[in-house]
Amino acid sequence: MSTMLKDNPETVRELASPAQGKVVAKRRSLFDPEITLPAIWESLKKLNPVHMVRNPVMFVTEVGAVVTTVEIFFAKVHGEPLGFVLQIALWLWFTVLFANFAEAMAEGRGKAQADALRKSRTKTSARKLRLAGPLAGRVLPEDEQLVPAESLRKGDLFVCEANDIVPADGEIIEGAATVNESAITGESAPVIREAGGDRSAVTGGTTVLSDRIVVKVTANPGESFMDRMIGLIEGAKRQKTPNEIALNILLSALTIIFLVVILTLKPYVLYTVSYLTESNGFPADAQAKLLAASSVTVLVALLVCLIPTTIGGLLSAIGIAGIDRMVQHNVLAMSGKAVEAAGDVDVLLLDKTGTITLGNRQATEFFAAPGVNERELAEAAQLSSLADETPEGRSIVVLAKERYGIRGREILELPHAEFVPFTAQTRMSGVNLDGRQIRKGAADSVRKFVGGPFDTEIDQVVERISRSGGTPLVVASNTQALGVIHLKDIVKGGLPDRFKRFRAMGIKTVMITGDNPLTAAAIAKEAGVDDFLAQATPEMKLDLLRKEQANGHLVAMTGDGTNDAPALAQADVGVAMNTGTQAAKEAGNMVDLDSNPTKLIEVVEIGKQLLMTRGALTTFSIANDVAKYFAIIPAMLVATFPQIAPLNIMKLQSPYSAILSAVIFNAIIIILLIPLALRGVKFRPMGAAAILRRNLIIYGIGGVVIPFVGIKLIDVAINLLHLA
Amino acid sequence: MNASGWIQFLLFLGALLAITKPLGIYLVKVLDANGKTFLDRILKPVERLCYRLFGMDPLKEQDWKQYAIAMLVFSLVTMLFTYGLLRLQDYLPFHQHIDNLSNKTELTPALSFNTAASFTTNTNWQNYYGENTMSYFSQMVALASHNFWSAAVGIAIAAAFVRAIARDKARTIGNFWTDLVRIHLYLLIPICIVYALFLVSQGIIQNFSPYTQVTAIDQSGATSPGQPVTQIIPQGPVASQIAIKMLGTNGGGYFNANAAFPYENPTPLSNFIQMLSIFAIPSALTYYLGRVVRNQKHGWAVWAAMAIIFIAGVMVSWKSESAGNPRLSELGVAAAPGSMEGKEVRFGVFNSALFATVTTDASCGAVNAMPDSFTPLGGMIPLLNIQLGEIIFGGVGAGLYGMLVFIIVAIFLAGLMVGRTPEYLGKKIEAYDMKTASLAILILTFSILCFTAWSSVSAGSATATTATWGSAALNNNGPHGFSEMLYAYSSCTGNNGSAFAGLTGNPLASSATPFDPHWNLTLGLATLLGRFIMIIPILALAGSLASKKLIPVSAGSFPVANVTFVVLLVGTILIVAALTFFPALSLGPIVEHFLMRGSGPLF
Repeated sequence: MSTMLKDNPETVRELASPAQGKVVAKRRSLFDPEITLPAIWESLKKLNPVHMVRNPVMFVTEVGAVVTTVEIFFAKVHGEPLGFVLQIALWLWFTVLFANFAEAMAEGRGKAQADALRKSRTKTSARKLRLAGPLAGRVLPEDEQLVPAESLRKGDLFVCEANDIVPADGEIIEGAATVNESAITGESAPVIREAGGDRSAVTGGTTVLSDRIVVKVTANPGESFMDRMIGLIEGAKRQKTPNEIALNILLSALTIIFLVVILTLKPYVLYTVSYLTESNGFPADAQAKLLAASSVTVLVALLVCLIPTTIGGLLSAIGIAGIDRMVQHNVLAMSGKAVEAAGDVDVLLLDKTGTITLGNRQATEFFAAPGVNERELAEAAQLSSLADETPEGRSIVVLAKERYGIRGREILELPHAEFVPFTAQTRMSGVNLDGRQIRKGAADSVRKFVGGPFDTEIDQVVERISRSGGTPLVVASNTQALGVIHLKDIVKGGLPDRFKRFRAMGIKTVMITGDNPLTAAAIAKEAGVDDFLAQATPEMKLDLLRKEQANGHLVAMTGDGTNDAPALAQADVGVAMNTGTQAAKEAGNMVDLDSNPTKLIEVVEIGKQLLMTRGALTTFSIANDVAKYFAIIPAMLVATFPQIAPLNIMKLQSPYSAILSAVIFNAIIIILLIPLALRGVKFRPMGAAAILRRNLIIYGIGGVVIPFVGIKLIDVAINLLHLA
Repeated sequence: MNASGWIQFLLFLGALLAITKPLGIYLVKVLDANGKTFLDRILKPVERLCYRLFGMDPLKEQDWKQYAIAMLVFSLVTMLFTYGLLRLQDYLPFHQHIDNLSNKTELTPALSFNTAASFTTNTNWQNYYGENTMSYFSQMVALASHNFWSAAVGIAIAAAFVRAIARDKARTIGNFWTDLVRIHLYLLIPICIVYALFLVSQGIIQNFSPYTQVTAIDQSGATSPGQPVTQIIPQGPVASQIAIKMLGTNGGGYFNANAAFPYENPTPLSNFIQMLSIFAIPSALTYYLGRVVRNQKHGWAVWAAMAIIFIAGVMVSWKSESAGNPRLSELGVAAAPGSMEGKEVRFGVFNSALFATVTTDASCGAVNAMPDSFTPLGGMIPLLNIQLGEIIFGGVGAGLYGMLVFIIVAIFLAGLMVGRTPEYLGKKIEAYDMKTASLAILILTFSILCFTAWSSVSAGSATATTATWGSAALNNNGPHGFSEMLYAYSSCTGNNGSAFAGLTGNPLASSATPFDPHWNLTLGLATLLGRFIMIIPILALAGSLASKKLIPVSAGSFPVANVTFVVLLVGTILIVAALTFFPALSLGPIVEHFLMRGSGPLF
């Protein structure tokens, strides 16, 4: 559980919108020349058929481009204008190149981030220890040996002191240190790392700021967290996700269907030619005209227009961009599959502390006992908390100052004061000052302290606060109970609204907390989660997760401790906090570099956005076919059958310009959609029915209409330029 | 398009809607091995007897492979049975009336194969004239039996598929034999008994009398006064075969003229009920789907998608037929308003257009008019209906499982847009499912387009002087001839069985042309491909879906019961299925239509 977060308020930040969060990635404009120029070169290199064959749709397009290129030399023989064949061939090559360019752009953006990371990793040397195994006593300087970082292997020990760069991933086995992890998190605030417990992991490439630690290496060179991160961002090890595989199958099937459609069209044309005789009332040149109009070039053009090149060309770019968007939110997805699963998640297990509430309870109100001045109570409460370094204690000091202008005195100002620390036995803390014994603590402890029952009003307030989920602290001075401090969990801003939107999307939120059921229920209500698990242990969390999964749900959770590891591994999406243990990071399929558990919500949104983008472009691509049919089929037939002219509903100028327009539209739509593919469609938290209706109108109906307009415009342009 | 047509159409839609729910509820009971029906008291002992006879445990379920194997074995055995009976017709009873005919058609191996394949696959494409080829025994035992069997197989597969969707992590999808027995006993046979009696009441014959020779009314062809023109009126056990022919969406006529023949379809009421009975079970199966997957609205959404395409088809066909051929009207030689060539005056334009649409939306294939004589667009609708895969209500069972494949493809294409990987009714659609669904769609396109391409080129090229097997069979030249070929392979692959009627699929041998089995064999093969190569991936898909975890439905699930879904489904069918055939259709009916309207050459 997130015990660490309770202790370490630095890691808990307000719910940050992505724009505010510091990110590893430099935000780049979409067509940053640093990425665009190499991408152009890359897209040429990707023409290699060995590479192309992995994408059947674009491979068929490339074969079509080759065939039409060959046809250029036979244009004269086949009675076709050379310029027409030339332009078709050219645009088919462009279609392939544009698709390659989209992929190269997506990869390029990842590579640029990876390079930035690599640069930050200067060649380091390691202070390796000669001895291995368990440490026996103090390590002496003569045991150290300076070696290159690459030579460290799993199990080796090394020492780091202030200003040393940690040479490899490892686990602290001795000492504690503050570490600057900005190299991976982009966050400059130092974090504390210490041997034992949940904060023992250090990452290669980070810098030790103070103290001295002895670290045991946990990853060989090339397998370290940083290496994996670079590999992932670069997309070097990218595998197709299950949904991409399935979509590829369907796109391939459609390609095969259209291949059959085009291949069988030739025999149909031959049959048609057989009756285009003068005796049947056709002009003498009808046969030659139909044969010319159904040339190899035209058939290839029709084929390429019909197969789903738009989605085929953008599919891998969409996937890479999805992982990339995660990185921009400082979340490392270990696979594309994890990003996809994030979209499917319908149950979120959210740890209360740090995720739903700010890390700590805070004093929000003082209730004075009858006859006691509120200011008097506030002052006593503040005095009792001066030495209390817990966040709760500090919040009491702050509240007293804010409400009553009582300046928090420094401990040194009160030399006679004897501070009484909190102990498990007394369950109180306080101060003895000028004969007054001021204490604050749980109601029953303080009752014992004052040696008698409280005023009924105090009891009522205590009861009310408890029932509302807060923690009542009674303040007493000697034998008099002065009043009650209300300590409260503060729910992060904007969460209830967010959970409401999640509910609309069919996602259930479950709060996990160690609190008692009463407290848990109150906070759950305030935060607006659907359900809660109170007095939770890691085992109970795992059980709940298993139960939800058995009911068919896909579950996402965050975790950082070693005891979270089984649940992280079991979850469909397990986001490990970067500040967590190595075990937790290994078990999850994502790591949040900011260690902000609230980001689980963004992770789900990014997953959904990826899937929506893929679906939208698939729908758009398929819907485009309608217009292309209406451009090319009439163009093929109209010379032979002038009566068919009404079928040319776009009123395209000539058969050649019609076919060319369709092919050009088919190519440039890929370029035009690259920004959408990389950025993703706009995410809206709505129910599936509303989203579907909306997207179907934009990408389905839009997909039918837009090409009609586009092809018509291109046709007008072509004729203005006399290109056909 | 007139008021009488509109009234009849609304009546038809209303009647269809009215029977969907009650019949659907009944199907739920029939298709559940433990289901209880009101016929149990009479039929339960018979059902038990059947199980005992076959030595089977009706509750022992099969996985998809076992189910598929059972279905294939059953189909193979029954197909061989029919092939054998047809080849041996001359040695079996009740063939004298055929033997007496001068134009008796020989049941050659090729024709027998074609017929056996055609009836086994619920196609009922007929390369023969029933009245001069088939004995009463063949009609009843070899053919009508298949009308029951193939219909039951289709319903069983659909039921297995629907069960698969509804089950959670299941290995099995039902028991083929139990389904088969129950569908026969509780559904097909009882309805057909009542239905056949009704048809007899309308005037359909049911006898074993010899063919009757009568003096024709029209004596204009008489050569000499002493020898009046005579006509042979065929007889036979017709009503019993017609009932299942319609209810089971088989469509194989007793007579060659099919439902245009008065003995097969005597009255307007019989015409209405026959059309309704074609759609009855397919329509009720959508209700069955909704009930079994516990989402009745989804069942109705599927019904609505089917109804929309059906209504659109009727409108185009009816409008086109009502408009008739403008060239004939110009010449002033049109016999009646609208296109009446090849239509029964008893039924007129509307009932012919409606019947043609119904019979091709479903995989029935019965006809009460000759689609070959329809206007180009009027004839394109039946053709397109078949090419969509006969999923507009569709064949009994076959319509639903074909539609389910389209639903899965539609959801897969657009489903991602809701921000989840695609799921249908709580079942994730993954790579394996896409493989099987694609295969089912591929085989349809592949068989129709490739066989037509083969026959087109064998139709002879521009330079060929001798016609080959393709064009030899054509009734018309030009785009219409192309439509005839395209229709034949569409009809057989789609297991429809209706013909554009211009094509001679069983060319008779003569001294000039030797017997050519191409059409018999390729069409027979197309029926088998379109049935079994489609069913096997569909059962594999069912097996895969059954084994998946059921994901609980939430606000984030893909909506399958609203208007958006219906629009998506209709759109997907039109774009994925219809547009595939656009190039082929443009060289057939579309060019023909524009030639007709644009003063082009006619054929």
